[in-house]
This record gives sequence, structure tokens and C-alpha cells, in this order.
Amino acid sequence: MTAADPSQSYTLPDPLPLDGGQVLAGATIAYQTYGELAADKGNAILVCHALTGDQYLASAHPVTGKPGWWERMVGPGKPIDTDRYHVICANVIGSCMGSTGPASTAPDGKPWGMRFPVITVRDMVRGLVALLDGLGIARLHAVVGGSMGGMQALSLAANFPERAARVLAIATTARHSAQNIAFHEVGRQAIMADPNWRDGNYYAHGSAPDAGLAVARMAAHITYLSEAGLTEKFGRRLQDRSAKSFGFDADFQVESYLRYQGSGFTRRFDANSYLYITRAMDYLDIAEEHGGKLADAFAGHAMGKGARFCLVSFDTDWLYPTAESRHVVHALNAAGAPVSFVELSSPFGHDSFLLDVPALDRVVKGFLDG
Amino acid sequence: MVDAATLRPDLAVIARQVPSGVRVLDVGCGDGALMAALQQSRNVDARGIEIDPELVERCVARGLSVVQGDADRDLAFYPDGAFDIAILSQTLQTAARPDRMLAELLRVGRRAFVSFPNFAYWRMRWALMRRGRMPVTRHLPVTWYETQNIHHVTVKDFEELTAQLGIAIESRWFFTADREVAARGANWRAEYALFEVRRR
Repeated sequence: MTAADPSQSYTLPDPLPLDGGQVLAGATIAYQTYGELAADKGNAILVCHALTGDQYLASAHPVTGKPGWWERMVGPGKPIDTDRYHVICANVIGSCMGSTGPASTAPDGKPWGMRFPVITVRDMVRGLVALLDGLGIARLHAVVGGSMGGMQALSLAANFPERAARVLAIATTARHSAQNIAFHEVGRQAIMADPNWRDGNYYAHGSAPDAGLAVARMAAHITYLSEAGLTEKFGRRLQDRSAKSFGFDADFQVESYLRYQGSGFTRRFDANSYLYITRAMDYLDIAEEHGGKLADAFAGHAMGKGARFCLVSFDTDWLYPTAESRHVVHALNAAGAPVSFVELSSPFGHDSFLLDVPALDRVVKGFLDG
Repeated sequence: MVDAATLRPDLAVIARQVPSGVRVLDVGCGDGALMAALQQSRNVDARGIEIDPELVERCVARGLSVVQGDADRDLAFYPDGAFDIAILSQTLQTAARPDRMLAELLRVGRRAFVSFPNFAYWRMRWALMRRGRMPVTRHLPVTWYETQNIHHVTVKDFEELTAQLGIAIESRWFFTADREVAARGANWRAEYALFEVRRR
């Protein structure tokens, strides 16, 4: 967990109304842009990040030094071509890479902690739309996102139908299932069970609930992969040893890998942000927001008005399986919106959208350029 | 880009018959050749359904709105009268229930174009009679045990089915060896057929 780096940021001029009934005044949104904005501002693409993502889409992460999370997709000549498009990626409200979240300072000069209002995906999208207003971008060429980013893309389409000409939602859902919520609850309980969590008031202390956050990340990470992928990568191979230790060290490679993922995560992410963002995802039910019928949520896109949609799922994604994408596609069909959908084959599970899947590159490029 | 001149003959006929500016659903749209031609030359709002993910990917990559899905199941999710024209080219014989598929086509579309290989074509009859085996031909190129064509149909069968379902036949076209042939004796002479149908 570190302070924001000197990247681009925008402080919203107006208080942000939240689904929970509160308002967030003076919220800041940190963002990065890539490629030139056209004179008519018609070439902007908003890319929405996933749960633990951030605005460092196609540039080095200031904390980890690693490449941006979608460098393989975004850049000059790449499927989301920055020679052609002005690409914007913003850190969502509630997160911890420069946008206002529980680690930020509240009006009383102390960190928000658990006093930060509970937010929803739609609240994140309200923040993103306020940023677009600030940037003077009335209508995006496209809004694009995978996983939680796809939820934001769908939420933007449902709530601000005039703001994007294309909506590309990958490996995502329009509602969090009981299983999705269950996995998130495991992560939250791991954080809150860590004695260093201190009801969320750990910022003034020297220690954060890193052990709990690492466990949360480990549990979540398993849901991002596929059984076949894990077996292929690790099998039952042992880590740095030739025999089992008959103890609780990381005997197996897969254990060592998860521990590494967990500890790496605590260096760049705030535990309270993890609580708030997973909660936001759990509350997601776009149909419920629109009277219970998902097709009604997309009524603003009927027949030639509104946006063109493209949904992509992966056959090994068991976190947001193909059926969830189909559910959205059927609702869009019922609403009369132009929609494409394809289930791509990939061994990598939910994480496929971040990894080397050439078919995804072709679909993304074809949809955005077409 | 594809133009109507390079389309398969039944698709070329459909492309000529579709008026500009209408809403079209192409069921089993393949690589989207017809949709692309319609969108380009007729400003048609074309949507597609295709079961093969690789073909869907090609459609999406060329900017078409195509949903990967099984027409037997997924047509049900389209609202009544959502389209002016529904197209089912060379797909009827793969349907689990061709009668229900036809009814669904004319529920989502006001009219429909349906083309299919004619199993009563004389070469089929000859092959079956002479060899006593299921024919494998240019238009039905796969052996009986692995074919997706599970409901072989003839021109006469189709006409009888439409009568039973209360569907009006507006026009019909017949083809052999990629050429249009006369309607006379079509049940013998046509390799495949195209019908334009409408709810009565």
C-alpha cells in the first residue's frame, strides 16, 4: 500500500451521490491516458479495470514496476490501438491507487477507514462518468472491461446509454451469484479476522492486516484459474525439495505460488479497499436496479439507438461462466440492441482475458474498429 | 469485402430480394458473407446466430453483430416480430425440430427465406437405389453417422409442412450445380431449394 504517484487525477467538482444514500464530496479520481484525443473527442475508449486492477493499463506500475495489466492488448498497433484511439483508464472510487477510498483522508483529517460509505459498481460508474464530463468527452467510441471492468461497462450502458457507442464486456456478469458472493465473503472474513485489521483503523499503526489480505487474495486467485490450468502449471510437483516435509511448509509448488501471489498483493493493495470493492461487486444486480427485468435495463439501446454490444466468455471460466454472458445477451436481444457474443476456448480460466488468447485480440480489434 | 455477385446462388437470390433498410436475422449465418453483403449494399440492420465459435469470431472481427448460440434453443429469446426478415439457409435439415424452427422463424420475423438441400434430387435417389447407402454429395458431404443433417427433407415434404403449419409460400427458387433451374419437376431435378414464406 503506497500513496498515489504523481499521475493524472481529477477532483470531482460536485458531490457524488451514492446508491447507499450518502454523498461523497470532493472525491478524486486518478487516471492514465494513452494515445491522442481527436479534435472532435470522438476517439476515446474507456477501459475499466478489474477488482484488483488500477489505472496502469499500459504503462509500468509505480509500486511493482511490472508492465501495465493489459499491455498486451493496449498500445500502438495493438488490438486497442493507441495510434488510433485515446484510451482512458481510471482507478475506481473505493480503490487505493490515487482515487478516493477508505485509505484516503476524510474531512476530519483522519483516514476514512470503515467510515467510508459502502459503494456499488454503479457508484464507480458515476465517478467514471463524472471524470468523462471533466474531460469533456460526451460520447465514448467504446467502453471496454473484463471481469469487474465488464460489470462497469454493462452498468454504464444500462445507466448512461448515450455515453458510449460500443460496449465490450469480457468474462463478466450482470449480477453476482451466490457462489461469487460466497467466495468474496471468505476473503473479507480472512481480512477481518486478522488482529492487525483493528476494525479498519490500521493506517496509524505500523502494521496492516497483510496476512488476512494475502489469504483473501490466495482464495480469490484460485477462482481466477482453471483446474486444468493449475494441473498443467503445477500438478503435484514439490517446491525446492525432493520429498514431502510432513509439516506445513509450502511443500507443493502450487502452495508456494499462492503464497507469492498473496504476499505480492499486500504490497500494492489496501485491505479495506478489498472489503469495499468486493462488497460493491456483491451488490451488483443490474436487473434489480431496473425493476427486475434485465432487458428493461437496456431499453435505451433498442433498435439503432444507443450502443453496439459485444460479450465474450471463456469456456474454462467458472467464476463468471458462459451462462452469465448468455443471460446478458438474451436480455440485449429482447431489448432489440445489436449484440455479438462468442465463447472463446482458452485453458486459463477467468484470467484468460488478461492472458495470451489470440482469438480475443481479433474479436476486440474487429469489434472496436468495425 | 463480399458483394452479392460472389455469394452462393441461394444467398445471392436472398440478397436481391431483401429490401433496403429492413431488420434481418440470419440464423446459421456462417462466416457472415450474406450479412456483410446486406449491410454494405442495402443498409440492412443484420443480426446473426451461429453455433460454430470460430465462424462467430470471424463475423465479430468483420464488425457484424453475431451471437454464438444454438438456433434450436436461442431463437426463443428473440421477441415476437423483432425482425422484418428471418433467414435460414441450409440449416433447416440440422434442426432438432424443423417444424418448430419454422414456426419460430415466422414468430421473430414477418417473413422468412428458407433454403435446404433437396433429398429427393435424382442423384440422391440414384445413389440410394443403386448402392443402397446414404448418399454423400457436394451439398450433403458428410457420412450419415457424423452428419449434422439429421432431418433430410424434400421439396414436397417442405411444401406439405408449410401447408400443415398454415404458412404461405410467397416464392420459390430451385438450383442445381449452382444454377437456377425451372420449378417444373423440381422435386426430382433440384439439388437444393429456396422458399420465401410468410405467416398466413
